[in-house]
Amino acid sequence: MTELPYDPTIPLPPLAGHSSRGRLERVLRAGEFAVTAELNPPDSADRDEVYERASVFEGWVDAINATDGSGANCHMSSVGICALLTRVGYAPVMQISCRDRNRIAIQGDVLGAAAMGVANMLCLSGDGVETGDQPGAKPVFDLDCMSLLETIRKMRDERVFLSGRPLSAPPEVFLGAAANPFAPPYDYRPFRLAKKIAAGAQFVQTQYCFDIPMLESYMARVRDLGLHEKCFILVGVGPLVSARAAKWIRANVPGIHIPDAVIRRLEGAERQKREGRNLCVELIQQIREIPGVSGIHVMAYRQEELVADIVHESGVLKERKPWRGAVIDRHLSEQVATQT
Amino acid sequence: MYAVRRWSVRHARFLERLYRLFGGALERLDPIWRMMGYARLEKPVAAVEGTIKGFLFDCRMCGRCVLGSTGMSCPMNCPKQLRNGPCGGVRDGGYCEIKSDMRCVWVEAWEGAERMRQGMTIDIVQLPVDNSLQGSSSWMRAARERAAERREKVTGGIAFGGARLKDAEPQ
Repeated sequence: MTELPYDPTIPLPPLAGHSSRGRLERVLRAGEFAVTAELNPPDSADRDEVYERASVFEGWVDAINATDGSGANCHMSSVGICALLTRVGYAPVMQISCRDRNRIAIQGDVLGAAAMGVANMLCLSGDGVETGDQPGAKPVFDLDCMSLLETIRKMRDERVFLSGRPLSAPPEVFLGAAANPFAPPYDYRPFRLAKKIAAGAQFVQTQYCFDIPMLESYMARVRDLGLHEKCFILVGVGPLVSARAAKWIRANVPGIHIPDAVIRRLEGAERQKREGRNLCVELIQQIREIPGVSGIHVMAYRQEELVADIVHESGVLKERKPWRGAVIDRHLSEQVATQT
Repeated sequence: MYAVRRWSVRHARFLERLYRLFGGALERLDPIWRMMGYARLEKPVAAVEGTIKGFLFDCRMCGRCVLGSTGMSCPMNCPKQLRNGPCGGVRDGGYCEIKSDMRCVWVEAWEGAERMRQGMTIDIVQLPVDNSLQGSSSWMRAARERAAERREKVTGGIAFGGARLKDAEPQ
């Protein structure tokens, strides 16, 4: 590994019109098609497991999402993973769920994470505790995704806690939220996105997309409302392992819509896993063509090693190489040059 | 009760009108409430309010009622108590991700809001619940705050209650 001419853990210099000093916001504001991926958090206290899981994305993604007890299952914390990732220069998206912590704990974590170099935060309500491995847990839901967005925006822009107490340094973060165009009430979903933007969302990552016509009609409404100009929309994708797995997900994971045609296609394939990967590549290529879409968010649960290959074959990055430990892209080195 | 609460959403327009009349009356009676003392009235009114709203909306007496902005569907019945729903887990047919035999409180809210004259207030981002108000009367608070706001407008005094007065119509 070649020696870096700068310390990757130091935030990028401030830039006009940007609220964070991270790479993801810069890539999106520069008009590039962004790629993010979800890291499967380990059930472990070993930092090397985090680094191993992150290394498969190196050079292929603009940011890595660290989930916060997704599906209400217990794993290494989002803030812990993000702290480890920023130590070596990765750009994490810290997911914050309202399920497990109240407003006091969350605001404290926002400050702590920002201090450790986390530049992107994704505000979620969170899955119900009933779906996870500890159904007896107390659901907190003191805030919801919307009030969480407002809270962090207020901390950043007004330099105060929710209570009004002042901060001496605000968290410089790029604020994100989730969107699900594939769950009822469909007519209301674009308005809900508008509401999230009003609350502070600057980018959204959507639930898995397996239904292009449904996404297209959602995006048409989003464009009518002009929302794509106020918020970067990253569409969620991922490879399905098999028809059986797809059926299980459809029946058991709330909010994921998989059309029958997709399941039939997998059933008809000789190598279902391969077909799932091919389908994912095709979906990405179709999604890229939809006006108003700014990028993709790849959730390849337990198939993370496929992400590089999928992104490569989809061709969405064109010649662009997101940050890698050993290779610095031109875009970044220019910014570093201006810094020094 | 679930059936009654769904009836309330179906008749959101009617309840909205009723609420406006009732809220206006409570507000106009402010001089009487002040004479009797809001603090003294709090307990009995909260008991009556809890009974009526409990019957109509399965009200949880959060103390900061937003029914006027949620299509007459009480958001505290959402298992996640979302004040700004629905979440992304809504099932086919508009059922709740957690209680699969219950209609999503926020799908209902959206339907109720479409029936109401002021339904568009569903687009207002609601602040988190102030848990210290749990169990207190929203009716009395709304009457007091609105009456104070009106007095302040007349006298040009200092705003009472701060930003929260700008919340969507508390009921």
